[in-house]
Amino acid sequence: MSTQFDIDALLNTMAAQLRERLDHAGISNPALVGIRTGGVWVAERLRGLLGLDEALGELNIAFYRDDFSRIGIHPTVEPSVLPFDVDGRDLVLVDDILYTGRTVRAAMNEIFDYGRPRSIQLVVLFDRSGRELPIEAQVVGAHLSLRAGEHAKLAGPSSLHLEIHRTRA
Amino acid sequence: MSAADIQLDAQGRLRHFIAIEGLPRALLTQILDNAERFAPVGDRAVKKVPLLRGRTVANLFFEPSTRTRTTFDLAAKRLSADVLNLNIEASSTKKGESLADTLRNLEAMQCDMFVVRHQVSGAAHFIAQQVAPHISVINGGDGRHEHPTQGMLDAFTIRRHKQDFTGLSIAIVGDVAHSRVARSNIQALKTLGVPDLRVVGPKTLIPPQIEAQGVQVFDDLDEGIRGCDVVITLRLQQERMQSALLPSANEYFREYGLTAERLRLAKPDAIVMHPGPINRGVEIDSAVADGVQSVILQQVTYGIAVRMAVMAMILGNQALAGAA
Repeated sequence: MSTQFDIDALLNTMAAQLRERLDHAGISNPALVGIRTGGVWVAERLRGLLGLDEALGELNIAFYRDDFSRIGIHPTVEPSVLPFDVDGRDLVLVDDILYTGRTVRAAMNEIFDYGRPRSIQLVVLFDRSGRELPIEAQVVGAHLSLRAGEHAKLAGPSSLHLEIHRTRA
Repeated sequence: MSAADIQLDAQGRLRHFIAIEGLPRALLTQILDNAERFAPVGDRAVKKVPLLRGRTVANLFFEPSTRTRTTFDLAAKRLSADVLNLNIEASSTKKGESLADTLRNLEAMQCDMFVVRHQVSGAAHFIAQQVAPHISVINGGDGRHEHPTQGMLDAFTIRRHKQDFTGLSIAIVGDVAHSRVARSNIQALKTLGVPDLRVVGPKTLIPPQIEAQGVQVFDDLDEGIRGCDVVITLRLQQERMQSALLPSANEYFREYGLTAERLRLAKPDAIVMHPGPINRGVEIDSAVADGVQSVILQQVTYGIAVRMAVMAMILGNQALAGAA
């Protein structure tokens, strides 16, 4: 089931809010890092909207997940690529859907194995309540309220749209 | 129970890594794909991922090794595992402790995985049958049987440079009869679909009936490597001269040594490989070993990623089996 959100409009608002936050914090040279795969699509859109030239960082957090001892090696996407030096950079971490917070936890652990960033801002397209860790985003496109048994997924990459699936218990 | 039977769990997932023979192509491809994901870790400042944090890997090397043991050690450490390096020669086996007792003692120390190198063919399989069900075994080379992680890292190296196995001509040159590396290479490359696989060497060093495994046999180096995309040279061991299978190292070099001139018979973009350690001036000329077509040092680097992949898959599959 495809849910009607105007994703382009959300992205425009997010870009404006992010620009304001960065200006307020005195950050002139942010580096965008998208979490594969949906977060990379969102980060790519934001990069265009913010007019940034630098290539995106793309994180595959598979090796930093906290469930290896339960589900083994997760079928993964392309390996992580951070084409810039993390040390001292102001990063903007981007994901499609913030839910339990575990993905962001894994992403930050991975980033810190590349170096020591000066700061990290979190930007998400959708915030779904259900946090299991004390993690919040600085910029949120829209809030999702889902019922138990519903699962949200961002489909893409050419035309981004949100899909809600009902998972049978 | 064959090596293939013991290696896979009930769902066909890798549980021990003893031999490439009998493993399905999809599994070999999965190992290569996983190795691709681990390869970038070695380029980072912090060369670690936390996947095997808290696991213990014991290297049981009954035969000397520098390269294989070091890369297994590094692979386990880059996965954040704890590593025990057991120098078996200096240990209690010298005091007469049986293999079974050695294993029981290591199990009592709560090790999760053994990497075994042994001079007897079949040793890793034997050990895999002896250990407790939650422990996995990786064969680091058993006698003349197989050296499966070497076979996989060679396949990984070839795939990195040549991409598609199904269009390649590959020559393995040297003492194929006594080489567990050659056996693993042949198993891996045939399974992965290499159509033109050749072994090249003096008749005394080529196993009889090897054509049955789908390889062409050449005793002339020039013909054997003509038009090849990949040339794998094997170390010539001193013992072969001593047991009169060969006249001398000089004679071998004259007939089978890979020189720059001979290499021109292969394709212009052919790559040259060697499992190491190399005997310069015996199986390979220094100019070639150090030349632009040589990927010998890359093989060493890729070996870490491939071993990380195998360890992570095996221990991850244990988690799945435990959850089932």
